Amino acid sequence: MQQFVNTTLTGIGQGAIYAAFALALVLIWRSTRVVNFAQGAMAMFTTYLALAVIERGAPYWVALLVALAGGLVLGAGVERLVVRRVAGNEMAAVIVTLGLFVAFQAVASILFGATFKSFPAPVGLQGFTIGSTTVAFTPFTVFILVSVGVVLAGLVALFRFTNVGLRMRATAFSPEVSRLLGVPVGRMLTLGWALAALVGSLAGLLIAGGSLVYPAYMDTVIVYGFVAAVLGGLDSPGGAVVGGLAIGLGLSYVTGYLGSELVPLAALAALVAVLLVRPQGLFARAAARRV
Amino acid sequence: MTEPRPDPVPPPGAVRTAAPLFAVDGVEVRFGGLVALDDVSLAVAPGSVHGVIGPNGAGKTTLFNVCCGFVRPDAGTLSWHGEPVRDLRPHKLAGTGIARTLQGVGLFRGLTVTENVMIGADRHRRAGFGSALLALRRSDRDERALRDRALAALDELGAAHYADRLPGSLPYPVQKRVALARALVAEPEMLLLDEPASGLGEDEMAELGALIRTLTARMAVVLVEHHMDLVMSVCDRITVLDFGKVVADGPPDEVRDDPAVVDAYLGEEAVQ
Repeated sequence: MQQFVNTTLTGIGQGAIYAAFALALVLIWRSTRVVNFAQGAMAMFTTYLALAVIERGAPYWVALLVALAGGLVLGAGVERLVVRRVAGNEMAAVIVTLGLFVAFQAVASILFGATFKSFPAPVGLQGFTIGSTTVAFTPFTVFILVSVGVVLAGLVALFRFTNVGLRMRATAFSPEVSRLLGVPVGRMLTLGWALAALVGSLAGLLIAGGSLVYPAYMDTVIVYGFVAAVLGGLDSPGGAVVGGLAIGLGLSYVTGYLGSELVPLAALAALVAVLLVRPQGLFARAAARRV
Repeated sequence: MTEPRPDPVPPPGAVRTAAPLFAVDGVEVRFGGLVALDDVSLAVAPGSVHGVIGPNGAGKTTLFNVCCGFVRPDAGTLSWHGEPVRDLRPHKLAGTGIARTLQGVGLFRGLTVTENVMIGADRHRRAGFGSALLALRRSDRDERALRDRALAALDELGAAHYADRLPGSLPYPVQKRVALARALVAEPEMLLLDEPASGLGEDEMAELGALIRTLTARMAVVLVEHHMDLVMSVCDRITVLDFGKVVADGPPDEVRDDPAVVDAYLGEEAVQ
């Protein structure tokens, strides 16, 4: 029972991070129909930025803000300078993101070194104690849940209640019609990439917290994020969040009961199962849209 | 069946002498070796309804696409308020004061009816990009103003009680009215209607005709349409295309009896 509770709690924390990462993928997929393979590398890069700030003696919170702002700028820059040049050719755009993935890792190795570095956590990593037992629920897990929750609420508010959000949604549904109605479609796409990269940066920081970073540390997270996004349906932000939590929980149970060496295999099995049984994802309204 | 014209016919020549709001002059469009439009001219007078008709493949849609910047002509000029328009692009259309509806409906399926219309009202947004992003007070006011504007436009077209529905859940004629509201809410000086009557029944078409006539107080309307009854009853002036050329241009009564038009439509419903 205690093990079940602990694996569940661990899974929820990890799942929240996968959810954020999957959400970043979904935001970009919805607006530009590009699967951004560079998402993890971009998050790795901003995490290194945060680490550089921390190494200069700044507090964690300043580094957090630097990483998020860096994500915004990086996302906007990648869309403006690279992805837009191959707009209209989705395959080319996907290949370009793969190239960026390699390039960001190479640049990070040059700038920050290809060695393992420890990344601090803003709060304790010691599990809370209930009665006499310590559970796998730490202040850092609380930090993960709160920060992901805040970002999610912010995005929902942006998309639901502001004009910019409305125009971004319209652009995602039909850029041609939006353009005809006077929506600055290009700016909406840039903003979409910027916001996605911000969410991705947060995921990168949370994965790194209290752990080690190296240029490839996000690689496995990319895979789990993709599985989560596909599970939820690439078109559905809500689905990405549920998919992320489901993957986090599922992989945590695999780790806890079967062995951590089976985790990548389990992720692959989940991916194949979803693609075979329900390729549009659990939550996508793809069938309705196809009409 | 020709509906009685709701407004008196302007005296012949009255529309012709008014300075055109929008003019297409000597436009030519080629797709590879195919000449889609050949020396096509048309002048839309302010506050008039200008019909563009012709058999299938005559070039109506291409002409429409030239008017809204989707297709750039190989030769010829466009002018707006007498000034030449060199670089008409779709994204500049709304800001210029031109709105168009699309064949079918072209509504955003995942957005509610009100939200769809609010996007159309975007031209009236005042808050800048930055403040809107930060959801400042001004932007908030702006967003409410847009919502009110959208609801008023829906109300005018009798679609206000569908405001919170998704377009996909509505009957086709209602969707068309929402699409029209989305074009009208921009308060354009010229409205391009691409087959607004397709999929409508007799009654709805009569309503649409009456509505188009009331719009002339506020804007010019250019209408591409297959339904001859509607075209003949609402248009002040009609340009007839056949094989990419203008074969007739004039008030409905003149055009109706023009031998070239009868020839173009031989065997079609226009011959009455």
